[in-house]
Amino acid sequence: MADTKVPPGTAAPDSGSAPGSRTGRPSSPPKAGRTRARATAGTGRLAALLVSPTLLVLTIVVIYPTIMALNESLYGPKGLDPKTGFISNTEPFVGLRNYTDIFTQAGDRFWNAFWNTTLFTVVTVSLETVIGVAMALIMAKAFRGRALVRAGILVPWAIPTAISGLLWRWIFNADGIANVLIGHQVLWTADGFQAKIAVIIAEVWKTSPFIGLLVLAGLQVIPKEVYEAARIDGAGALARFWRITLPLVKPALLVAVLFRCLDALRMFDLPYILIGAQKGSVETLSMLAQNEASNVRFGPASAYAVLLFLYVFLIALAFVRLLGADLVGEAGDAGGAKRRRAARGRRRALPAPRRAEVTA
Amino acid sequence: MQKIRTTRVLQCSATLVAAGLLLTACGSSGGSSSAAPAQNTSFKGRGPITYVAGKDTTGTVQTIINRWNKLHPKEKVTFIQLPTDADSQRQQMIQNAETKSDAYTVLATDVVWTSEFAAHQWIEPLPANQFPLRKMLQPVVETAKYRGNLYAVPASSNGGMLFYRSDLLKQAGITQPPSTWAEMTADCAKVEKLPEAKNMSCYAGQFQKYEGLTVNFAEAVNSAGGQITDANGKPDVDTPQAKKGLDFLVNSFKDKTIPKEAITYQEEDGRQAFQAKKLVFLNNWPYVYALAQKSEIAGKFAVAPLPGLNGPGTSSLGGSNLALSSFAKNKATALDFMKFFSSEQSASYFLKNASLAPPYADLYNDTALDKQYPYLPVLKQSITHAVPRPRVVQYGDVTSAIQQEVYAALTGKKSSAQALKDLQADLQKLTAQ
Repeated sequence: MADTKVPPGTAAPDSGSAPGSRTGRPSSPPKAGRTRARATAGTGRLAALLVSPTLLVLTIVVIYPTIMALNESLYGPKGLDPKTGFISNTEPFVGLRNYTDIFTQAGDRFWNAFWNTTLFTVVTVSLETVIGVAMALIMAKAFRGRALVRAGILVPWAIPTAISGLLWRWIFNADGIANVLIGHQVLWTADGFQAKIAVIIAEVWKTSPFIGLLVLAGLQVIPKEVYEAARIDGAGALARFWRITLPLVKPALLVAVLFRCLDALRMFDLPYILIGAQKGSVETLSMLAQNEASNVRFGPASAYAVLLFLYVFLIALAFVRLLGADLVGEAGDAGGAKRRRAARGRRRALPAPRRAEVTA
Repeated sequence: MQKIRTTRVLQCSATLVAAGLLLTACGSSGGSSSAAPAQNTSFKGRGPITYVAGKDTTGTVQTIINRWNKLHPKEKVTFIQLPTDADSQRQQMIQNAETKSDAYTVLATDVVWTSEFAAHQWIEPLPANQFPLRKMLQPVVETAKYRGNLYAVPASSNGGMLFYRSDLLKQAGITQPPSTWAEMTADCAKVEKLPEAKNMSCYAGQFQKYEGLTVNFAEAVNSAGGQITDANGKPDVDTPQAKKGLDFLVNSFKDKTIPKEAITYQEEDGRQAFQAKKLVFLNNWPYVYALAQKSEIAGKFAVAPLPGLNGPGTSSLGGSNLALSSFAKNKATALDFMKFFSSEQSASYFLKNASLAPPYADLYNDTALDKQYPYLPVLKQSITHAVPRPRVVQYGDVTSAIQQEVYAALTGKKSSAQALKDLQADLQKLTAQ
């Protein structure tokens, strides 16, 4: 709102073409560019200095373990010496065998877990997006008792996953409320297709509020005047949603969906607690890796974890590259100079007409 | 050998003086089967140690530790509590061992972990002659051994029992609890004619796909005269006897002797169904007794040994042992503490205050205790006839394979013959290494 009241001329004092600059002479665009570059170099050095402790910590807590995991994934399980009955102390180096096993002996279980993970991600995130946006629209409306509705919608997100897993296990118990409601006994926690549905229901219940929350934040920065103008132009509720709400909330929504995807891909605790370990119908990649590690086969476990890491990485990359999800945030300083300039240009290009329209 | 024996005697007398409490500690050396590795370990160092076990819900463990700490102010024991479920306990102990940390000294291990922990040399071989093993129930002692050597000391035991609705059986004119499966189903048919038992199911155990299924499958197989692994640890499940055992479970699901929803039952689900008057018979651990006594079926139930194919059945053994971490410090203190903690006095205290089944045979014959826990004679019978679950190094994989195949058979995805054949192949692969 404060933004809209500033006259267009003074809105961007840093732009080179601003009239009445302090030097008194009209500054040419290339020169302005150079001064900015010099300033960036100076602040860049300071930034590097300030950021380096963070990078150091990141190296220790992220990069080093990742490399260790990669290294570990090249070793096989320890063997048992039949004479002494003892397990050998060293793990044999097996090269890429842990990975090639996926196409042979360990394949069925891996691909089952892979498809489960993918299915859960696609289905839950789609449902959550629809429900989350609906929740956000409700929460954004001004009505009596809104605070109560907001709190109510956010409760599932506040409950730890392990606890909600237990909660849903009671609901999906053979004599639980779910079966009473549908009037038919479905054994939800037994291995089978119904277990997948149980996991999806519990997951959607738990994490839709997350998307709702982020979308609500996105909704609140859309100026009301835009809607007023649309209404005057005769746009219906549906048209206003498709033409105004959705495009303007898209950046926030994309980030929310990306976060949910990354989260859903590493889903572990909900199926583990709700349905149980080693249930083929709900086993995810994380559960598979955990199961291998718990049986002291750290090599194969690392291999699965590395593959999951790559999968998550590719999905995140696809989001950023193809859909343009801006993870860093438009005003973020961490992005590269080129990207930052592009983002700035975009920002200046986009709101300018809106501003003019509003003040007009 | 001579040298070894002298050091053993020396150790014995030293610990006797130090422990001060235990007169039974140094028995004859006959108990151990000339276990060579057991003597390689020297238990050196005195000072503070830790005791690592699952959550102490009754507060009794801390009491016993306090008693020790009062007697040994310079060798204090700190109690490290792990989560309640066995899987996370095992995981934390393995992590501790993998990093060779000395944070854990004495470990409370599940009876099925002994082989795995011993094979990885995460736990120390123990001098068998320093523990009163002869006074303990034999199947319990067996769970503490790996390849004939003692790697742990039994601390508590557990066995499955058949809980049954004595009031309904009486009304149906049945005086004796069933001792075979056929008798049990016949009794059920009679009981289900009673108006009170209209919507009741006959029998349940633990058939969800988890460790409980392995226990129930092992009980069915052993009760039919079969075995999962033979005396040499080789898999032996593809037999007619084992098939009879598995068929009992599969057919009971088919003809609804076991209710359909029991495929999702863990211990607690079965107990709740029994207490909610939905089951005539229930196979479960003794802990159910105290809780059911507080429910609406109080006084209306009793316990009996598990039924089998041609006579009383065979239970799987539960319970926990004490093991000594290989990476710990102050092992001399640890050994003394293990003797103290697994002593008959401690076991009796745990029985009286936490209703933990003791490994000692004598305690089951205590008339005062029998009054407090009327199930003790049945429990003793259950434990003495019990068979430990497969004692293999790869227990985690073995139990997964069992759960996988048995679950497929129970849910009708495989015939019992095919499931056992596949299980035999899986187990052979797992124990081949």
